[in-house]
Amino acid sequence: MNLAPHLPALQVVVPLLAAPLTVLLRRRSVAFAVALAASWVALAIAVALWLRVAEGGTISYAIGNWPAPWGIEYRVDALSAFVLVLVTGIAALVLPYSRASIEAEVPPQKHYLFYTMFALCLAGLLGITITGDAFNTFVFLEISSLSIYVLIALGRDRRALLAAYQYLIMGTIGATFIVIGIGLLYLMTGTLNLADMGRRLAAVQGTRPVLAALAFLTVGLSLKLALFPLHQWLPNAYAFAPSAVSAFIAATATKVAVYVLLRFYYSVFGESAVFARLPMQEAMLLLALAGIFVASTVAIFQTDLKRLFAYSSVGQIGYIILGLSFDSTSGLTATIVHLFNHGVTKGAIFLLLGGVALVTGGTSLARIQGLGKRMPLTSFGIVLCGLSLIGIPGTAGFVSKWYLIRAAFEKGQWWLAFLIVASSLLAAAYVWRFVEAAYFREPRKDLTEGAKVPRSMAIPSGLLVATVVYFGLDTSFTVGSAAQAAALLLGGLR
Amino acid sequence: MLAPDTTLLLALAVPLAGAALIALAGRAPDLREAITGVTTLALLGSVLTLLPVVSGGARPAVTLLTLLPGLQVAFKLEPLGMLFALIASGLWVVNSLYSVGYMRGNNEAHQTRFYACFALSLAATMGIAFAGNLFTLYIFYELLTLVTYPLVIHHGTGPARRGGNVYLGLLMGTSIVFLLPALVFIWHVAGTTDFTVGGILAGKLGHAELAGLLALCMFGIGKAALMPFHRWLPAAMVAPTPVSALLHAVAVVKAGVFSVVKVIVYIFGVDNLAASGIGGAADWLVVVAGFTIVAASVVALYSDNLKRRLAYSTVSQLAYIVMTTALLVPLSLIGAVLHIAAHAVGKITLFFAAGAIYTAAHKTEVSELDGIGRRMPWTMGAFAIATLSMIGLPPAVGFVSKWYMLSGAMAAQHWLAVAVIVVSTLLNAGYFLPIVYRAFFVAPRDAPHDPAHGEAPLPMVLALGATSAATVLLFFLPDVPLALARQTIAP
Repeated sequence: MNLAPHLPALQVVVPLLAAPLTVLLRRRSVAFAVALAASWVALAIAVALWLRVAEGGTISYAIGNWPAPWGIEYRVDALSAFVLVLVTGIAALVLPYSRASIEAEVPPQKHYLFYTMFALCLAGLLGITITGDAFNTFVFLEISSLSIYVLIALGRDRRALLAAYQYLIMGTIGATFIVIGIGLLYLMTGTLNLADMGRRLAAVQGTRPVLAALAFLTVGLSLKLALFPLHQWLPNAYAFAPSAVSAFIAATATKVAVYVLLRFYYSVFGESAVFARLPMQEAMLLLALAGIFVASTVAIFQTDLKRLFAYSSVGQIGYIILGLSFDSTSGLTATIVHLFNHGVTKGAIFLLLGGVALVTGGTSLARIQGLGKRMPLTSFGIVLCGLSLIGIPGTAGFVSKWYLIRAAFEKGQWWLAFLIVASSLLAAAYVWRFVEAAYFREPRKDLTEGAKVPRSMAIPSGLLVATVVYFGLDTSFTVGSAAQAAALLLGGLR
Repeated sequence: MLAPDTTLLLALAVPLAGAALIALAGRAPDLREAITGVTTLALLGSVLTLLPVVSGGARPAVTLLTLLPGLQVAFKLEPLGMLFALIASGLWVVNSLYSVGYMRGNNEAHQTRFYACFALSLAATMGIAFAGNLFTLYIFYELLTLVTYPLVIHHGTGPARRGGNVYLGLLMGTSIVFLLPALVFIWHVAGTTDFTVGGILAGKLGHAELAGLLALCMFGIGKAALMPFHRWLPAAMVAPTPVSALLHAVAVVKAGVFSVVKVIVYIFGVDNLAASGIGGAADWLVVVAGFTIVAASVVALYSDNLKRRLAYSTVSQLAYIVMTTALLVPLSLIGAVLHIAAHAVGKITLFFAAGAIYTAAHKTEVSELDGIGRRMPWTMGAFAIATLSMIGLPPAVGFVSKWYMLSGAMAAQHWLAVAVIVVSTLLNAGYFLPIVYRAFFVAPRDAPHDPAHGEAPLPMVLALGATSAATVLLFFLPDVPLALARQTIAP
């Protein structure tokens, strides 16, 4: 049997099947092997899909051979292929890492559940990215969200339960908004296929239900992607989740939500509806800037590294949305490229922090004093990723900043270019908090000597740090894909 | 014989390899210092082999990687970069000799880190000197800030930390907030950031935009210490003296003014700036730099701490280079380029002397120096010669560069600049000559607790002797820097 035409379906089905399999097999080493195999196969499929899209353009796949718009369509284009590579790539690195990490952080009898939830979450995120169907998007969004709530609740700190509960409430409100939005769109167009919906919406542009749908979807997705001021759930969730979970969701969950936003704005509503008729551009710009400045400032005053970098995430999401608000090719390229670059950077940081937590027993700034001496490689890795957050040349973050500033210049908005670089200084300030504690303070005496980061954790972290530097030097994959995706989103309408 | 392109990369790799070896040889101080010595000589050697190539009109070039279209990490050696590389690598040899004496004489800690960071900062300096476009220059410029930071906070005390914070904050802050947007804008307008003869912005920007962009570049290059972003320089004086000497009289600050000249000549284009309407887009720069010259000199006049006085003198001397570059006439540009070399040899001698005084006599204030010339005749003799160069008197190289700068100001008929040069020369004399006078002609005070001392350790005296000899030698034989300066202006 030739599987090649069915890759889009397999992309979701493989991790989706792995999830119940881990429950049935139960033994944690077997569950681990199954989940690991599923994530690696998923990565291979994603890369294969990306290559096929790069060669032959958009792939449309009809589930069960029911043609769109009646059946569910899986659609892989330049944008979704790019996001698929990000999500599966991170998963393929986090899974081998998670084994040793959760051994230290999660009670053994729950280990197989971790792998179940992880596979389920991966299936959900991939499903959101690949599907061309509005209701299917919502279903997968719920699958991924529910599994993330469970994953966060596995954290050993009891506050993890509260964090998961907080996220559950906020996330459910978001999901409700999204489903209302989709419902309104269905009401007006009579279809659930995204591409079909986009075509039919042209006839009912600007009617009140459509505008209401836009509003519901915007608010709901903003909650999911943690756009300021709807980010309240994020810091606690990142801080108290198990390290492997923090790394995975920081790198992927919010990024996939951004993907959905892009999908709805550009492929369904069409930019003219979103940006020409409503002051969406101004609103997004304002929220993005507020997010960048407020969250980055709050990050400076955190005493725990996980929280510090969680707030930094809220700020960085601001940059992603800022690029969107330009409504130009460079701006959209910046958004998509930063979605990827920030994903790998933050993923790498949280993976490294997991190692720090394992060795020093925590990630508070007081605990990691003198870390530069005790864990020189880990500290150096965090500094490198920190430079990427600031946007120093030679790291992935620089490329995103470059496109953002360029987009600002294209619009003739000098002041905005300055705000962008000025905000880099805030990032420098919170990264400096780590540098100062790690390199310019004497190590604490009471820490257990001899604890080391296991190789299964060190290698994935190191690989991801290497990617951060690699994509700062060779941008053909990231910028190439992002530029193509941006052209697709903007060009599809003209 | 290696191809020039390969030598170019070699000159970048030598200090890097040196840094790695120094770090590995941390346990054996003698071996470590030997590696430093060999590295400095190897670097100077490879730079020297490039000199005839560049003088002959060739421009060795290497492209390492392409980040985005029109945005490469690339190196291209031209006369100005050649001169800068020559100064930095030549003075590093002398400085390493001096460092051995200083670091051992004062029993400094963390010497391995010190030598390794020193080699790394030379690698960054070479990257700046060889940069083929503004983007590459920017990368190495930032790198230089980062690798010199551990040198500035070497002592690890509270004041060192605070000084280091000002250093890092101002240099990184200005480069990120001003220079980075300028860089993106230049790329956005010109589609490239390559250093090109005649500039890359000709006819692409209006008068106001040009002036604004120039302001971003000039204040963005914080290492040139243009007021009001000069405070990092005195703050960095908390570093050990060899650091102040090489980095804050030569590598770091010269990287600043080098970038200024490079940006004005190869990005904006001298003719383009000069032709940009009445007064010229660079006219404000003359005023700001002129103010910096006079104001910094006045501060120096009232500083009792010797290193602080030297630091403010540096701020003022750097502004000379910026001001005369902004005059945009050939003579003044030659003067500016020459002054990069002239000030380097002079100021390093002064810092060497300050460090020698500290090592031998543990004195840091000008008011304590009564009669010290009798105990340290070689040191203070060298100090006096370097002083002549700073004021611009013969027979020191400072006279030659000042001559060109003054003729340039007159040729441009910029009487404000002429007045600034004259007034500041008087001020220079006012804050340097009293030190020499005290040292040689005032009787030592009766200080019973003052232990007897002679000269500083021999390597230090040798080093400062060599650099002071160079200030005199370059007065009589200014051919090499002069030829390179002329080539820069009229390729």
